[in-house]
Amino acid sequence: MCLAIPGRVISIEGMTGIIDLGGVKRKTYLQLVPEVKAGDYVLVHAGFAIQVIEEEEAKATLELLDEYFRSEETRAEESR
Amino acid sequence: MNNLAQFRNKNHVKILVKKLHSNYPGGTLKLMEVCGTHTMAIARYGLRGLMPDGLKLISGPGCPVCVTPASIINASIKLSELPGTVIITFGDMMRVQGTHVTGTRVTGTHVPWSEKTLEIRKAEGADVRIIYSVLDMLEMAREEKNKNFVFISIGFETTTPGIAISIIEAKKIGLKNVFFLTANRLIVPAMHALCRAADIQIHGFLCPGHVSVIIGYDAYREIADQYSIPCVVAGFEPVDILLAIDDIIERISKKSAGVGNAYGRVVTERGNTQAMDIMHQVFKPVRAEWRGIGSIPNSGLDLRDEYTHFDALKKFNIKLVSQPEPKGCKCGDVLRGVIIPPECGLFSKTCTPETPVGPCMVSTEGSCAAYYKYGVGAE
Repeated sequence: MCLAIPGRVISIEGMTGIIDLGGVKRKTYLQLVPEVKAGDYVLVHAGFAIQVIEEEEAKATLELLDEYFRSEETRAEESR
Repeated sequence: MNNLAQFRNKNHVKILVKKLHSNYPGGTLKLMEVCGTHTMAIARYGLRGLMPDGLKLISGPGCPVCVTPASIINASIKLSELPGTVIITFGDMMRVQGTHVTGTRVTGTHVPWSEKTLEIRKAEGADVRIIYSVLDMLEMAREEKNKNFVFISIGFETTTPGIAISIIEAKKIGLKNVFFLTANRLIVPAMHALCRAADIQIHGFLCPGHVSVIIGYDAYREIADQYSIPCVVAGFEPVDILLAIDDIIERISKKSAGVGNAYGRVVTERGNTQAMDIMHQVFKPVRAEWRGIGSIPNSGLDLRDEYTHFDALKKFNIKLVSQPEPKGCKCGDVLRGVIIPPECGLFSKTCTPETPVGPCMVSTEGSCAAYYKYGVGAE
């Protein structure tokens, strides 16, 4: 039930915004993320945006993994 | 967020599984997730099959529908019988039964036992409506002033701030025909109860991603410190979950519990403080009953004095009465992680998603439903 979906804010009017949730545009309440701007990615749960998504954080996690993956491959090649 | 697919990347999964196997200290370790969405994700991606021998992923009381006591379901059924009353609910609550009268099987329906659900009440002609967002109820209430609207208010911290907003909004616009049957729950007090239980041993908590968006990962520090159990927040893609499991195992190996966050793209140390403030503005913590677990101090939420006129139980003078669980149903043990669903005698025999006996099979995010849908051999 705590499922939340990421979407991009298309427009904001007062306390509501139109969010693109994977191609579906939906009215979403923004009271819980007053700092949000158009263009931001947000996490949407039961009609409310509950957090602004830190894209930089997501990239950093993936870069760490990529780095680890590359070092593993190099190690495997060296041992061949 | 076009990079979400990378959190399902096969190569990333392989690396993390390899790392997990090489770091695993051996012996039996039980990690508990306390989130229905994790329960489903772990089953859907077959993550149990990738774990080292001895590492058990068990499910705790993470599904709000499953932990809602039968007394609340009974109250919602009673409310649906009042003339001019509209019941507003999230879809998952439709098929949960309240009181059970064991042994009286009703043939020719999807519900095996004799007692009612909101779904049956709707079929009988009651006005029961499923909504996506609770604020939608306020619009209905404005348009249909001759009816009373009652929202079956369930959910953890992810859901409750939105409900609090709708209560504040209802007060602001002076709506006199909306009410709330409050059964919202807080997850950390339940984790305390599990840690104190003598019959469960938990070595690590996989903490709920979207509850943590609101409460922040620091909220689990009291659990980690008090019981020396590592608590790591996880997202819902396989890479997210494996990152968290890796972190927990590393903490167990180093014998330093602490808290971790493997879902940094949305979870922060303090969470969404704005949402927490709104929740506390409307609700105050109280002792509350959890289905199958019992009464837990400070784990429920009651409306504060300035909002009690929205309380459906007070308005319609309905008392909550505790109910025994159906005969043979082991949802209580499943919710506490004492057994896994196939260890219940009713599982997949008399209790299936088509004819559920207990709430863990009713809810799409219940442990029993997850085991049933993705195969008994998931362990």
